Amino acid sequence: MPLEVQIVKRLRDFALDVSFVAPDAPLGVLGPSGAGKTMLLRSIAGLERPDRGRITLEGKVLFDAERHIQIPARRRRAGMLFQHYALFPHRTVAENIAFGLSHLPREERANRISELAGRTHVAGLERSYPKELSGGEQQRVALARALAIEPAMLLLDEPLAALDAHLRSQMEAQLQETFAAYRRPVLLVTHNIEEAYRLGGELLVLSRGHIAAFGDKEQIFRRPPSLEVARLTGCKNISRVRSISAGTVEALDWGCRLHVAQETPRPPAFAGIRAHHIDFAESSSAAAGEDNVFPCWLVRSSETPFRITLYLRLHQPPGPSGEYHLQAEVFKEKWQRFRDRPFPWHVRLSPDSIFLVPE
Amino acid sequence: MAPTDWSPLWISLATSVVATAITLAAGLAAAAWRERRAGPAMALVDGIFLLPLVLPPTVVGFFLLLLFGRNGPLGKLLLLAGASVVFSWPATVIAAAVVAFPLMYLTARAALEQVDTHFLEAARTLGASEWRVFREVALPLAWPGVLAGAILSFARALGEFGATLMLAGNIPGKTATIPIAIYFAVEADDIPRALEWCFMDVTISMALLGGLYYWTRAMRPGHARWTRR
Repeated sequence: MPLEVQIVKRLRDFALDVSFVAPDAPLGVLGPSGAGKTMLLRSIAGLERPDRGRITLEGKVLFDAERHIQIPARRRRAGMLFQHYALFPHRTVAENIAFGLSHLPREERANRISELAGRTHVAGLERSYPKELSGGEQQRVALARALAIEPAMLLLDEPLAALDAHLRSQMEAQLQETFAAYRRPVLLVTHNIEEAYRLGGELLVLSRGHIAAFGDKEQIFRRPPSLEVARLTGCKNISRVRSISAGTVEALDWGCRLHVAQETPRPPAFAGIRAHHIDFAESSSAAAGEDNVFPCWLVRSSETPFRITLYLRLHQPPGPSGEYHLQAEVFKEKWQRFRDRPFPWHVRLSPDSIFLVPE
Repeated sequence: MAPTDWSPLWISLATSVVATAITLAAGLAAAAWRERRAGPAMALVDGIFLLPLVLPPTVVGFFLLLLFGRNGPLGKLLLLAGASVVFSWPATVIAAAVVAFPLMYLTARAALEQVDTHFLEAARTLGASEWRVFREVALPLAWPGVLAGAILSFARALGEFGATLMLAGNIPGKTATIPIAIYFAVEADDIPRALEWCFMDVTISMALLGGLYYWTRAMRPGHARWTRR
C-alpha cells in the first residue's frame, strides 16, 4: 500500500487541507510559493504536527490525530532533500553519507558509502567538505545521504531551485535515474511547472492549502479542470466565454467565435489556449475557410535564446496603450519565416488545443 | 620584602579551571534544555539563571552563605555528610561558578540558536535520536560560540572577588585568590605586592583574550578542522 495522506493544518493565512493517495512512483507537487507545499512535505516527514487527520505509509500509521499517534521523524525513514541541501558543514562527504548508517559495522559502512557515492556520481569527493563542492555536487551528496537509510519514501523540497540552469538539468537527470530504480512514493515539491511535468509521473496542484488538481499530468495540462489550475499550470491565454451552441462559444475577451472540440458537462465560463499551441497560417488565402483563424497584429515581442513570445492583438492594429489579446510562443526558426510578412498575420487557434473550464 | 607567596596564582587558576568546567557543563545543559521551551514560566527561569549577572557579587555571596551556611538547606545536608564548604577552597569554586554561569548560559544559548534548524531536521530524518542530534550536529556547529562562552566564564571566574570573599573569606594558601590578595595587600599598604598581582592579572587576561581571538577565528565554519568522532 502506498502513501495515504489526509491532514488539516492551520497556517497563518489559510489551512492546509489535503487528502490524497500517492502512488509508488514520483508525484510532482506543484504550486505557487506559499501554497503549503513545504508544510505538506514536513508534515509527512514528521517535522511538523498536523492539527487533524491521518498519514499512513504501506499500511503503517505515521500520524493519527484521533489516536494521538505521532511517529517521530527519526523513525519514519523518510529520505528528505532540502532546498539548500542541509549538508552537515563539519563533516566530510563520506561522513555526511554515513550519518544514517551508524548502526552498520565499519567495513560494511565503507562499502555502502562508496556504492552510494558511485550511484550519485560523487565518487572521489568523499574526503571533501561540503563548502568545497559545487551546488550540484552538494545536492548529489544530499541525495546519497538520504538514500543511505533505504528510505521508505522520498520527499524532495525544491531540490533544484538553488541550482543554476546547467547544474539543474544534470541534477534532473540524476533524479530521473534515481526515481527509475526506486519504486516507492516520491513527493517532489516545486513551483516550476516544467520541472513538475518532467520529473513527476502524476501531478498534484496545490493552491492556498487545497488540492486544485490531482491525477495524470498530461490530462491536467491538456484539460485543466478549473481556471485556477489553468493559470497554475502556466496558461497565458484565457478568455471569458458564452455558449453559442454545441461546439461553438463566443470568446468575450477576444471578440470572436471559436469552434471547440471539448465538451463540458456544465456551461463553460472560460476558454484557454497555451501559448505554444497558437499557430500561424501561411497566408490569408490559405486561411480562408479554416476554423478559428483570425487576423492579428504584433504589439510587442520578447526573446529567449530559442523561442520568442509574441504579444498579439486580434482584428485591428495595436492601439497606443499596448493592449494585447494573445501570447504566442514560437521557435525562432519559424519566426524567421514570417517575421517580415505584412500585417495582418493570421493566427490559428486549433479547436483541439482550446480547453474549456466551468465557472 | 618577604619572598613572594605564589599561592594566590595557583588558587586562582585551579578555582577558575574547575569553576569553568562546572559552568560549561551546567550552562550548556541549561541552554539546551531551555532552547526547546517557551512560555511565561521560561521568563522566570531566565530571570533566575541571569540573576548572578545582575546582582552585586556581594549579594550573590550572601545568598550563597545563607544557602551553604550551618543553618542553610544545603549546609545542613552537607553537615550530615560531615562536610562544610564555607571558608574552604570549594567555596571559591562555587562562588566563581555561580557568578560565571549567566555568561556561559547566554553565549551557549545564542550559539545553539544560531545553528540552522535544517541541519537538525536533516539529522532527525536520518534516524538520529535527540541526544545524537545535539552531540553530533548542534554542539559541533555551535562550538565556537560555546568555547567563547567558556573563555568569558574563565575570565569572569578569575576576576571574581565579592562573592568569593563572602563565602570563602581570605585564608592565605587556601581561599585567597589573586583579587583577594590584591585587596588585602592594598589594605595592608603593601603597594609593591598589589602591583605584582595586578601585573599577573593583566598578563593572564591578555593571554585569554589572545586565545579567544585565535579560537573564534580558527573555528569559523569552513576554516575549521572540525571535531571528528
